[in-house]
Amino acid sequence: MTTTTTKTTTSGRRSLSEWWNTLNRPQQWAILIPLVVFIYALPVLNPPILTTEPGYDFPIAMFEVARYALIAIGLNVVVGQAGLLDLGYVGFFAVGAYVAALFTSPDSMLTKLPFLAVLPIAMAITMVFGVILGSPTLRLRGDYLAIVTLGFGEIVRLLADNLEPLRGNQGFQQVGHPPGTNADGSAIFNNTDGTPWYWLTVTIIILVLMLVGNLERSRVGRSWVAIRDDEDAASIMGVNTFKFKIWAFVIGAAIGGLSGALYAGQLAFVNNQKFDVVTSILFLAAVILGGSGNKVGVILGAIIVAYIPARFLGIAEYRFLIFGLALIVLMIFRPQGLLGARQRLLTYGRQAYQRLLGKGEQISKDAPVATDKNGGQ
Amino acid sequence: MTEPNNGNGPEVPAEGGLAAELAHMTEAELIEHEAEVAEVVAPDREIAVEVGETLLDIDNLTMRFGGLTALDSVSFGIRRGEILGLIGPNGAGKTTCFNAMTGVYRPTSGQVLLEGKPLGKLAKHNITRRGIARTFQNIRLFGEMTALENVVVGTDARHKTSVMGALVRSPRHFREEKEAIERAMALLDFVGIVDRAADKAKNLPYGYQRRLEIARALATEPKLLCLDEPAAGFNPIEKEDLMGLIRKIRDDGYTVLLIEHDMKLVMGVTDRIVVLEFGKKIADGAPSEIRENPSVIAAYLGVPDDDIA
Repeated sequence: MTTTTTKTTTSGRRSLSEWWNTLNRPQQWAILIPLVVFIYALPVLNPPILTTEPGYDFPIAMFEVARYALIAIGLNVVVGQAGLLDLGYVGFFAVGAYVAALFTSPDSMLTKLPFLAVLPIAMAITMVFGVILGSPTLRLRGDYLAIVTLGFGEIVRLLADNLEPLRGNQGFQQVGHPPGTNADGSAIFNNTDGTPWYWLTVTIIILVLMLVGNLERSRVGRSWVAIRDDEDAASIMGVNTFKFKIWAFVIGAAIGGLSGALYAGQLAFVNNQKFDVVTSILFLAAVILGGSGNKVGVILGAIIVAYIPARFLGIAEYRFLIFGLALIVLMIFRPQGLLGARQRLLTYGRQAYQRLLGKGEQISKDAPVATDKNGGQ
Repeated sequence: MTEPNNGNGPEVPAEGGLAAELAHMTEAELIEHEAEVAEVVAPDREIAVEVGETLLDIDNLTMRFGGLTALDSVSFGIRRGEILGLIGPNGAGKTTCFNAMTGVYRPTSGQVLLEGKPLGKLAKHNITRRGIARTFQNIRLFGEMTALENVVVGTDARHKTSVMGALVRSPRHFREEKEAIERAMALLDFVGIVDRAADKAKNLPYGYQRRLEIARALATEPKLLCLDEPAAGFNPIEKEDLMGLIRKIRDDGYTVLLIEHDMKLVMGVTDRIVVLEFGKKIADGAPSEIRENPSVIAAYLGVPDDDIA
């Protein structure tokens, strides 16, 4: 009983997501499919307006953007959905990268495994690290948790610096990559061509988005948002807060580890250089900038954080200054980020609200929403 | 065109919605509808004790914070199916008693028994699963969620879908989601706020928020529902409505513990009243007895100087 109505707004401030929710499923697909095709085609099209060349190889820049997007999606589970401020996320990223290197690089003493088999192993091991970090620290809240996670990130970095088997600055050469060769015998996934890596990462992003979306529209996602909104009330309403906080941490860690392994594979080299606190803050900036809690928002934030310095190499050196200023301005004028959070937390929510309101739109009373009648009453 | 509503009263719902249907029902239809709603609202709870027997037993409960004794060997029972009022002047220890019951505080000594079994050191969420639900004196809803989602969080207390089950969308996940929405809608209808089910909790009018807290607590399928000053900030008409709602909740088979300052409301709705003063129980009886009880009168009105000597 979808009533198709022409919607008018009292103000022009109707958000993108509200517009999206007025569309029915076929309309949404009609927009999504061409969009996804376009996203896949980007490194091949190399549109002159978007290209980062000659300064920066465009497919590699696109892979960087995709990698940041994956990281932002993972960090968003922890920070955006469960509301746990994690300043050491780069630690999980580093663990993922080192696991990939240890199992595939000839410089490591461990048994060599195929790269694609290492991806789930990297996720599993970072999940273990998530539990190790989470179980003692998730009894803390807010600022205290932030400080402890900051410490965790530093511990991982210092271990990479000082543990003999992790080879410090010397690092691991020839980290593995997925199988397949071109006609001329060179590997498809080599470290000069970003396109296959970009495609692989975008595919992983789509899968991860679907799985994270499944969690969001279930008791797990509801528990996370409940914990974020009021942890004490959540536990009194029967939410096992500790368990679900650990899960948020673990799932975020797994996605971080996955992106770390991809990073190691694409670069074919891992050493102790890229895992400092500043990188962690940059990840967090992507989430906050785009809109903490909003999956589309954090992807947008990641695109901004990763793409702008690649596109405008002249300002790349000042990116922390620029992002810092941008964040300050944003926090003053739009504290919820570019796209504010609005999770849909019910599997059958669409139908329920439709039945309730006699229309397909889920109303958020943040922005004034007009009724269906044009000029009536 | 309807002016945007800034959260000061019920919104005119869109055409064809459930809320609009309700508005156009005849009285007979409404009664039938209420019966249907009540059926969904009250689930099959397995309660070990018969109606009229002690459901919750507070046994010599003492709660000390440093040098302050907030509760001093308080004992009383709550019988299944009754509405028990817990009253007392400000600072008498009513909310402390609630907090000790629901696991927010650990009692210094004494214990709380539900259906004869001590709650002991159960975590808060496990106490809720054992069957005690509560509302808060200062409203504590999940502000960013819709009213419907708030209530569904309550129903999640009884759900068993694991994280893996939710990730791959197991059949149980779908079944529980479907049931949860049905029950949550019925509960919102039951407390009378279904017309704003799609609104974020933080944007609801005050009275709606109070009712939403009750719906959310009922969603956890409690054996005992504890209401902490549910009428705070209500006008007389709203209080009257609330009394009706509390009776309706009891008639649906719930047991209610009510903390309230408003004497008219307490006297009008409760079956029995326990009076606390300075952490001690000073009276326990039917509302008519409490009204005549000299120590209660003294606690509330004070004692003339002559009588002290």
